[in-house]
Amino acid sequence: MFATRRSLLCARSQAVRGFRQAFSRRDASTLLLVEHKNATIAPSTLNALTAAQKLSPNVSALVAGASPDEVAKITAALPGVDKVIVAKHEAYEHGLPEAYAPLLVAAVKAGGFSHIVAAHSAFGKNVLPRAAAMLDVAQVADVIEIQGEDSFVRPIYAGNAIAHVKSKDAIKFITVRSTAFPPAATSGGSASTEDAPSAETNVSTQFVSEELSKSDRPELGSAKVVVGGGRGMKSGENFKILYDLADKLGGTVGASRAAVDSGFVPNDLQIGQTGKIIAPQLYIAVGISGAIQHLAGMKDSKTIVAINKDAEAPIFQVADYGLVADLFKAVPELTEKL
Amino acid sequence: MSLRVLVPIKRVVDYAVKIRVANGRVDTANLKHSMNPFDEIALEEAVRMKEKKAAKEVIAFSVGPTKSQDVLRTALAMGADTAVHVEVAEGQEVQPLQVAKLIKAFAEKEKPELVILGKQAIDDDSSQTGQMLAGLLGWPQATFASKIEVKDGSKITVTREVDGGLETISAPLPAVVTADLRLNEPRFATLPNIMKARKKPLTKLSPKDLGVDVTPTIETVKVEEPPKRVGGAKVESVDELVAKLKAAGVV
Repeated sequence: MFATRRSLLCARSQAVRGFRQAFSRRDASTLLLVEHKNATIAPSTLNALTAAQKLSPNVSALVAGASPDEVAKITAALPGVDKVIVAKHEAYEHGLPEAYAPLLVAAVKAGGFSHIVAAHSAFGKNVLPRAAAMLDVAQVADVIEIQGEDSFVRPIYAGNAIAHVKSKDAIKFITVRSTAFPPAATSGGSASTEDAPSAETNVSTQFVSEELSKSDRPELGSAKVVVGGGRGMKSGENFKILYDLADKLGGTVGASRAAVDSGFVPNDLQIGQTGKIIAPQLYIAVGISGAIQHLAGMKDSKTIVAINKDAEAPIFQVADYGLVADLFKAVPELTEKL
Repeated sequence: MSLRVLVPIKRVVDYAVKIRVANGRVDTANLKHSMNPFDEIALEEAVRMKEKKAAKEVIAFSVGPTKSQDVLRTALAMGADTAVHVEVAEGQEVQPLQVAKLIKAFAEKEKPELVILGKQAIDDDSSQTGQMLAGLLGWPQATFASKIEVKDGSKITVTREVDGGLETISAPLPAVVTADLRLNEPRFATLPNIMKARKKPLTKLSPKDLGVDVTPTIETVKVEEPPKRVGGAKVESVDELVAKLKAAGVV
C-alpha cells in the first residue's frame, strides 16, 4: 500500500511532537542522589548523571555527609548539574538509608522534583526503594535505557529478557545500570549551592565497621579491562597470575560466584546477576564455566575471551575468542606475550 | 527472649530454567517453579534461629496465585511453623510496593520482631520489597545480609555485602533484613518433613482482607529478547590469541 506523501509527513511530525513531549515535560525536574566516599564521587554516579540529563533540562544533585563541602564543590563543577543541595550532619556519614531516605523525601517535596535518579549500586538500591515507598510510589530498578519521562527499559530474568515499562506514578524513582550510560563530563560546570531541607536525623541504626578492599587498580564496575577468575583457579593464591595479566593490560580482577563462595577472593569481586554488572572493553574469563547468572554480569563486554580446559564449558558460547587450555600455563604465557 | 520471625517468600521460575520470550512476554507456562533462592536462604536463617532458640516461631508468607501454596508447603517442610497465603488471581502481577503493603498490613496485626526475606526475586530482579517494607513500617533495614546475630532478643548486628566489601551495622528490633547469597546454605526438605508439613496450618487471605489494592503502577508494555551474542570462535594457542586480539585492536 502506498502512503501518501501528506500522510507520511503527518505521521513524522506527530512522531516528533510525541518525542518532544515524552522527553521534555515542561514541569519535569530531576534530583540526582550523589554517592561518595573519601571526598570522591562514585564513578557510577557520573553514569547516573548522564541518565538524569535525559529526563529533564534541569538536574539538581543531593550531596549529604558529615563533612560534605568538598564533594559539594566537585559536584558543582559537573556541567550537567544546575544546583547542588547539601545536607551536613553526622547521621549521613555512612550512607544509612534510615537517614538518607527521609532526607531524599524532604528534598523531593521541597523541590517539587518529578524524577529521582541514583545508580543501581548497593547504596542506590538501599536508599531509593525506601524513599519511594515513603512517598507511596513505585521504583523502577536497573534501567538500561530511557525512552521517555515515563518509559524505561530494564533487564529481567538475569538479563535473559528485556522489559519495556511505563510508570504511572506522578513521581518517578529510578536506579540506573551504570554500564548502560556513559559517564558525564566532570569539569566546567558552575552549579549553585543551597542547603537541604531538614529531615529526621535521629536514627536507631548504627554503623559499626566496614572492611573495604583497597586497590590502586581501576574500579571493577568501570574498568576497561577485567580478568575474571572462577572455580578453576583452585585457590586465592593462584589469583596472582590473574592480577599479573590484569596489570599488564591496565585492568583489574573480578571473580565468579564459585570463586567467592570458595573463599578465594572477597565478595566485592563477584561478577554476576546478583554481584556486579560489568561491560568492559575486554573481559577475559579464566577457569569460569559460564553459568547463566555469571553471564548476566558480563555479557555486555565488548570483547570476551575465555580460557578453560573444558571444551564444553558454556562460556565458550559467548566468547569471541575461546582457548581450550590449562589456565596455569596459558595465563602466564599470555601475560608474557602481550 | 524469643522472636517471632516473618519470612515472605516468592514462587518464581526455577533459577536453572532457561526462559523463553514469545509474543511480547515471558512464557512461564509449564516451566518448573521453585522458591526464590534468596527467600530460601532467608527461611533457612529463620529456621536456624529457631534451632538456636533465638526464635520461637517462623511464619512463611507468600503473595501469589493458587500454586504459591507449593512454596509455602516447602517452607513448612524446611521448618516454618505456619504459612500464610495471600491469594491473587492467576496472572495477576503484584509489584514490590504492593507486596510490601500486604506484608506491612500482616505485620501490624501479627507483630513479628523480625522480617527476613530475600534481597531480590530472580524474575523481576528489582531488589526493593524489603527496603520498601522497612520504609512503610519505619523500621530499620539491613539489606544484602551475609551474617546476622541476634543479641538479647532485642538487637541485631548484621554484616552486609556492599560494593566495596563488607559493612557491619547494628539496629534494634523490630527490623527488616534482606538475605544475600552467602548468609547460609539452605537445607533440602526431607521426605518425613514434607509429610509432617501437611499437618501444619496454612491460612488463606485476600488482599482485601489486608486492605490493600494490588493494582500495579508500572505497566509492562512489552518484553523482548536481548540482542544475541554470537560467540564460539576458538583459537588453538596463546600465540594465535595474541595475534587475533592485536589484529582486532583490542590490545
